[in-house]
Amino acid sequence: MTEHIAIVGGGTGGTVLANNLAEKLDAEIDAGEVEITLFNDGPDHVYKPVWLYVAFGQRDPADGRRPLRELVDDRVDIRQDYVYDIDHERGELELVDAVEPVAYDKLVIATGSQLDPERVPGLVEGGHHFYGEDGAQALREELLTMDGGHIVLSVIGSPHMCPAAPLEFVFMVDDWLRERGRRDAFELTYTYPIMRVHGNEHIAEWAQPRLEEREIAIETMFNAEAVDPEAGTITSMEATELDYDLLVAIPPHTGSDLIERAGLGEGGWVDVDKHTLEATGFEDVYAIGDAAQTGVPKAGSAAHYQANVVGQRLASEVRGQPATAVYGGKTICFIETGMDDATFVEFDYERPPAPSEPTRAMHWSKLAYNESYWLTARGLL
Amino acid sequence: MTTTTAEAETTVDARGATCPGPLMDLIGELRAVDTGTVVALLSDAEKSTTEVQEWADEAGNEVTDIVDEGDHYRIHVKKL
Repeated sequence: MTEHIAIVGGGTGGTVLANNLAEKLDAEIDAGEVEITLFNDGPDHVYKPVWLYVAFGQRDPADGRRPLRELVDDRVDIRQDYVYDIDHERGELELVDAVEPVAYDKLVIATGSQLDPERVPGLVEGGHHFYGEDGAQALREELLTMDGGHIVLSVIGSPHMCPAAPLEFVFMVDDWLRERGRRDAFELTYTYPIMRVHGNEHIAEWAQPRLEEREIAIETMFNAEAVDPEAGTITSMEATELDYDLLVAIPPHTGSDLIERAGLGEGGWVDVDKHTLEATGFEDVYAIGDAAQTGVPKAGSAAHYQANVVGQRLASEVRGQPATAVYGGKTICFIETGMDDATFVEFDYERPPAPSEPTRAMHWSKLAYNESYWLTARGLL
Repeated sequence: MTTTTAEAETTVDARGATCPGPLMDLIGELRAVDTGTVVALLSDAEKSTTEVQEWADEAGNEVTDIVDEGDHYRIHVKKL
């Protein structure tokens, strides 16, 4: 009997896992004992970190997009469809475009995060962002047309993808303006929802003096409640109002509707065992990446490491062996601290991040990784 | 996980989440409820007790109760 492994979502986690399984289970696939299907609602794989650089005119959206078929092992079937619901009893996926449901034996949810800016009145009309291709391009246009004024970066959504990106943006825009001799014409303000400048206190301690030294104003405990595009103001639940000329927001995020519909968790995040990545209360269902409620950042590196763990566990299960691989929370992040410098952090469930002194070499390492990411997606790096 | 309880209109169960996850979950819930609603936050992160108080003071909401339930805290916050 052929065992069918279904992966829902062709982002970093889903793509790395598909390639990982194709390699680990090559003999079983060749013998017809295992089939792997990767479901994705579009034809392309998207590398989202490129968008930060799009905003500064350094990259194009096309640099972050490649056909999944070019990246995924030929032994993996790719189906372009939207998985609408899961029948856990029958072990079937209900698809939007297919009449017949698809049976699975093992299921991995890797549906990622989506933006949900409508949750804040006025944000769609009044805010810019760099969390999407169109948004990053519009932000680039806006930045290029500004002669001066007040740029407010407001972290509204939490959790959100790439927790370092808001800090990176303000450090980069500060440096970008200084390089062009325009910094004096701008005020920069960074807002964050809690009492420090980053959710992780170690990152916050590292970042706060750097923000201050670069005269980037800080507003903590700022939870945006509404944006008034006409007046150019953003107001918080804490009754603080800021005037802006350019609002760059980290919009509220949500997970896939599928997750709530299928009873796997609330808000689009799957309740999982944070070590085994098994969905709580469901047999033969895993979740990885942003979709998995592990408490680690919603970052590609976490998805990558989780995919390797689930790949090992699934390969063991298919072979009738105990699954022993566990995820220890490993995450790595490069953090740009300007247009030419960056730092790097590596942490897990036990060890907190400890950012090092930014260097030019680390910045180039980040750019080099952005180029070599496609090897990661292929499962080679 | 959000459930209805007798003492608070809604409960945000953030047990297992590290700071600032519980506070952010609470803020997210308070965004959605009407003024006057009491939301209970369940958190096993000790820092939540101080962080929630500090945020509630800043945001003009009221912490009406903090109960040590043994393996977690139950923090009631009224949206004002």
